[in-house]
Amino acid sequence: MKIRIGLGSCGIAAGGRKIKSKFGELFKEKNIDAEIISTGCIGMCYYEPIVDIIDDNGTYTYANVTPAMVEEIVNEHILKSSPIEKYIVSTDKRPYPQLKKQVRIVLRNCGIINPEKIEDYIESGGYEALKKVLENMTPEEVIEEVKISGLRGRGGAGFPTWFKWNAARASKGDEKYIVCNADEGDPGAFMDRSVIEGDPHSLIEGMIIAAYAIGAHNGFVYVRAEYPLAIERLNLAIEQAKAKNLLGKNILNSGFDFELKIKMGAGAFVCGEETALIASLEGERGMPRLKPPFPAQSGFFGKPTNINNVETYANVPWILKNGGTEFAKYGTEKSKGTKVFALAGKIKRGGLIEVPMGMTLREVIYDIGGGIKNDKEFKAVQMGGPSGGCIPKELLDTPVDYESINKTGAIMGSGGMIVMDETTCMVDITRFFLDFTCKESCGKCIYCRIGTKRMLEIVNKITEGKGTLEDIEMLEELCYSVKDGSLCGLGQTAPNPALTTLRYFKDEYLAHINDKKCPAGQCKALISYKINAEKCVGCTMCSKQCPVNAIHGERKQAHIIDQDKCIKCGNCIKTCKFNAIYTE
Amino acid sequence: MGCSCEQKLALTFEDKNIDLSLMEPILKKYEGQSASLISILQETQGVYGYLPLSALNLIAERTGNKRAKIYGIATFYAQFRLNPTGKYIILQCQGTACHVNGSEEVSRAICEELNIKPGETTEDGIFTLEDVACLGCCSLAPVMMINGEAYGNLTPDSARKIIREIYEKERRKNSDEN
Repeated sequence: MKIRIGLGSCGIAAGGRKIKSKFGELFKEKNIDAEIISTGCIGMCYYEPIVDIIDDNGTYTYANVTPAMVEEIVNEHILKSSPIEKYIVSTDKRPYPQLKKQVRIVLRNCGIINPEKIEDYIESGGYEALKKVLENMTPEEVIEEVKISGLRGRGGAGFPTWFKWNAARASKGDEKYIVCNADEGDPGAFMDRSVIEGDPHSLIEGMIIAAYAIGAHNGFVYVRAEYPLAIERLNLAIEQAKAKNLLGKNILNSGFDFELKIKMGAGAFVCGEETALIASLEGERGMPRLKPPFPAQSGFFGKPTNINNVETYANVPWILKNGGTEFAKYGTEKSKGTKVFALAGKIKRGGLIEVPMGMTLREVIYDIGGGIKNDKEFKAVQMGGPSGGCIPKELLDTPVDYESINKTGAIMGSGGMIVMDETTCMVDITRFFLDFTCKESCGKCIYCRIGTKRMLEIVNKITEGKGTLEDIEMLEELCYSVKDGSLCGLGQTAPNPALTTLRYFKDEYLAHINDKKCPAGQCKALISYKINAEKCVGCTMCSKQCPVNAIHGERKQAHIIDQDKCIKCGNCIKTCKFNAIYTE
Repeated sequence: MGCSCEQKLALTFEDKNIDLSLMEPILKKYEGQSASLISILQETQGVYGYLPLSALNLIAERTGNKRAKIYGIATFYAQFRLNPTGKYIILQCQGTACHVNGSEEVSRAICEELNIKPGETTEDGIFTLEDVACLGCCSLAPVMMINGEAYGNLTPDSARKIIREIYEKERRKNSDEN
């Protein structure tokens, strides 16, 4: 009998640790002999805390487990072998319906193995690819296999991985570096965190193989400091790999040496750009440098350096083990394999999913994600974070592959998908992203530094109801200037959220400007709270909650909101049990 | 001490009595290693909870860098703080998923409860409130992290409750000690 508890960041935030200790207590008290295993994230974040009970009859998954349920599970399922059907969301005979459409290559072990035990990874076939590479393959053959697989960088731009590796291999010099970009700064993306928390060895194995292919003996993983658990597990994994001679000198007696170190990022979005990341690795301010020379020619301290992100490396062991052709069976003509997406926002089943490239957005959002929360109307899906854009309802049948997504004006990005419904204001979302890029601009290029600020000011003006039609023209013009006048990806893509919302949701801008209205009811300056006298029963609850005493009225009679006093905090609308308060 | 700008800047720092001997192990560990400035600053912040000016000056001196360069790095990255923090650091997530799920209201409630703005510390030195880009727990949005532990699915009320519970714990601890 085994018990598996999801303890990724999300599982812990949902109370997973309490559940684990509750099981521990009960096992001790009732003298039950069962192993408790902590795993990473299975990707069903909306079901956390998740507990799997694995007994002779199979695997049973319990969702949203509470301490009270733990007691029931122990008493009924574990002691009497009668699974509690009403709590079970999945068994190995009838798996989660939304898992059916997924293909798990990168996430093959996430939520299944214990990320803190290298033995678990090895038992599930880990490090076999490395063995095969070191024993039977030349670096050129490794690169060829990756070329056959068609793997492209999963960090955003989708550059062919083999090409980067080949360029770094071809560069002269015996000192080369391999770097993993785990500075997952896109708000709304958490794929890399989950992979490191749930399966750190797949990243390490991928990096060793890449190092062998380009001829590097030193590597760094550049991780965000905001991911403390990921750093802890990666540290542990590196130590365990060293102890098994999978890192260090003469790996598996092949004569190949490779050292891997962790460098903690210090909180700068621009460091996701590879030349800025290198500057940061060197201990400097993370400011981008001119390309060419590309890092493959002159990177870390001027040495040839290959940079890929976590998901890209995590694909590599699978490709080398199963062959590039096998990988290329998934996906579309130009985008091979699978892609991991972080589904979040106004979606029913938020979490981490992995699908073959080419699946449509509709399938991802409705079939896997379960559709929109509270059955509201879908408005847009945001892809690519601050560098990406908002894709509207009309384009829901767009397949997810690099080219098709680019055509919409968004980008594939690292895989964040934020779903928005009718209550999300697209002008406000544009303001949100511009505020982000404006703060995160490193300041090197004037257009990015000041242009994004001016764009933000214009959008702010519009959300306050003070915008004019000329503002839209100016905003559009600035978008193109910032794109042209910036050195790195941050500035070149910063206008994308504004450009896509202008393209698909211009009517919302116009409503703010011409009618002084926010159709989604989000922009505080443009809405007012009112009480429907027919529905109001005069319970006085709202007037008690109002922080500025703006609501008046006698008990048992309809109340009125004093618009001059109202600060639009929204407390009243949340307090009212009779749906008598509305926004206009 | 250099020019008048630098002297003026020095006045904005709060460090009075800093035990610089705590810096020795850090400086020794990275001695002669290039590319280690960020790591040195991170470990210094680990010791003091922030970056005291005297420590920054010592780092400049011992690594052979200009003070302006160290200050430049310390102010470039969001992680570094130049002033002391409270015992609990609340990081409120400003990610997209949190934004569309109502993080602004949660943030307003937290500010009200603590009576401080993001970037500030409560007078009693218990809480520091900070905005962060994204904590990566997007499906539990809105999220905040207090001293490394994430709290998800927040509402203005649940956020207040969490903060009050910590306050309560601190008060009990203090009265036990007295």
